[in-house]
Amino acid sequence: MSVVLEAKYINKYFKKPVLFHVLKDICFNVKQGEFTSIMGKSGCGKSTLLYILSTMDTDYDGELYLNNELITGRDRQYLSYLRNKHIGFVFQFHYLLSEFSVLENVMLPAKKLAEKSLQEIEYDAMQKLKMLHIDHLSKKRASRVSGGEKQRVAIARALINNPSIIMGDEPTGNLDSHNAENVFNIFKELSEEQGLSLLIVTHDKDFASKTDRIIQMGDGKILV
Amino acid sequence: MINWKVILHIAKTHLLTKIKQTAIASLGVTFGIGSYITLVCFMTGLNGMLDDLILNQTPHVHIYNEIEPSKIQPVSVFNNLENSFNIVHSIKPKLSQKKIHNAIPIIDYLNSNSNVRGALPQIKTQIFYIAGSIELGGNLTGINPIDEARLFNMGDYIVEGSAEDLYNTDNSILLGIGIANKMALKIGDRVSVSPINGGNFPLKIVGFYQSGIADLDDIQSFANIKTVQRILGKANNYITDINVKLHDIEHAVPLAKNIEQQFNLKAIDIKTANAQFETGTTIRNLITYAVSITLLIVAGFGIYNILNMLIYEKMNDIAILKATGFSGRDVQLIFMSQAMIIGFVGGILGLLIGFGLASLIGTVPFQTEALPTVETYPINMNPLFFVIGFSFAMFSTFLAGYLPSKKAKKIDPVRIIRGQ
Repeated sequence: MSVVLEAKYINKYFKKPVLFHVLKDICFNVKQGEFTSIMGKSGCGKSTLLYILSTMDTDYDGELYLNNELITGRDRQYLSYLRNKHIGFVFQFHYLLSEFSVLENVMLPAKKLAEKSLQEIEYDAMQKLKMLHIDHLSKKRASRVSGGEKQRVAIARALINNPSIIMGDEPTGNLDSHNAENVFNIFKELSEEQGLSLLIVTHDKDFASKTDRIIQMGDGKILV
Repeated sequence: MINWKVILHIAKTHLLTKIKQTAIASLGVTFGIGSYITLVCFMTGLNGMLDDLILNQTPHVHIYNEIEPSKIQPVSVFNNLENSFNIVHSIKPKLSQKKIHNAIPIIDYLNSNSNVRGALPQIKTQIFYIAGSIELGGNLTGINPIDEARLFNMGDYIVEGSAEDLYNTDNSILLGIGIANKMALKIGDRVSVSPINGGNFPLKIVGFYQSGIADLDDIQSFANIKTVQRILGKANNYITDINVKLHDIEHAVPLAKNIEQQFNLKAIDIKTANAQFETGTTIRNLITYAVSITLLIVAGFGIYNILNMLIYEKMNDIAILKATGFSGRDVQLIFMSQAMIIGFVGGILGLLIGFGLASLIGTVPFQTEALPTVETYPINMNPLFFVIGFSFAMFSTFLAGYLPSKKAKKIDPVRIIRGQ
């Protein structure tokens, strides 16, 4: 199986308020179709690692490869393009654009990528919404749907450009067990049926135990 | 690659969902630009009126024979007294003719100059208006009425009758309104005038003249050049003054100098004659611009403020947009285009409001003795003001949007996403 994401000797320091070595020689990779979760105590640097992997944080040492292409040191414009095309995000808080409709929220990254016509994008977006059983909400304002629904909209948005990997920062952290279960099942399905790679930071042991692989972190290092 | 369609779509949605804020921001621009247009149209209109009050009637170069003492007294010419100390007491002006020598060839010469719009002859003389046994002193000026009306807007100061009437009627007079009131005369009456050296000439009144300066209207009257020549008993080349109007007022000073040297006459240019007036105009313009710029700057700060607030409110949106693949530049363009849309809409509305208010002021009655032909407040609707107003609306919203949008560009999405 090909490697989607690979980190080599990643080191990260927080300079304020005092110099602090957050991540120490992180090396690991995520293969295609792999459902990986990262666990660890608060403050062990797992979220920091995720944001480095997401290309949003560029202030680190080491090398990062996406689809075997070195992306460390590329300019921000190109990184934005990479995020748009290859990486889908799901956050703990739903982070939808509250003034746009659900459908528009899902379509926006594809519009930005502009590889397809508007009709195709709209069709795709409706497909994703249908897949997540929220197509009936498509015309509603994003601020008017419930928490669990919002998270599913966020997943649909993460999927719209058919990314290489989906990253989640505690995507179920803010949901009740029923909705959390629901979100997990969606991820599982995507991983198994569509061969999508997933990298999820979580506190939830039940959630993690059901994934293909658990990366345990502690004090800025990978333990297992 | 910039995807304008998406950027504008997001900008539009932001603006429309916060329609109140958008409206307030646009109104800030609207009032700024609207009051700028109103103010500048009104003030330059008034300035123009004041300028016209003086400048329209004033020749750009006035040529005449000055009565003055000889600069070189005979004693200094006498060689034998060259190195001695002479004092001449009570020097009197030299007796010289009032008329301009060879006036008609000089006028022809001036008219052939391409800078000159027209050179008009005049005869200025003192007369008495005779009403029964009373003699009122006054000035009578001989003119070419049609040309005076054409070049010096004389028509604006004729309250009854017209320049054509004066031109067409033999032995006619255009009487100062002050004299007419004193002597209870009306159009069609006859008034007797008497030149200083005697005689009595009845002239028919064809109109009244009102300059707005009461002292002048009490003494000044106009007649055709030929009539005045006849009254004075002079030949038809008797001309005492030449008034020159130029295409460009800037040529007045060099032309006046040339004429003085070439013809040995006194030539006064408008700038020398109205030096204080020039200063007044400059200061009024300065005030106009100072006030307008203040208005525009205040409007600009309003926009800056509102966009700044908007960006603080939209921090989350900015973080999401960046996380989902919008670059910093895209985000900056989203907020810049919001600023420019506000500027555009506010600017256009401002122009309309300014136009409306200025037109309204233009209909307000304004009657003044000084300007008999002015009936409403003067408004100067120069298209240039509208261009300036609109450009400033765009420019100031650009600046006001640039700084906050630059901030939006630099926002670190990680910090916001993790901050929650």
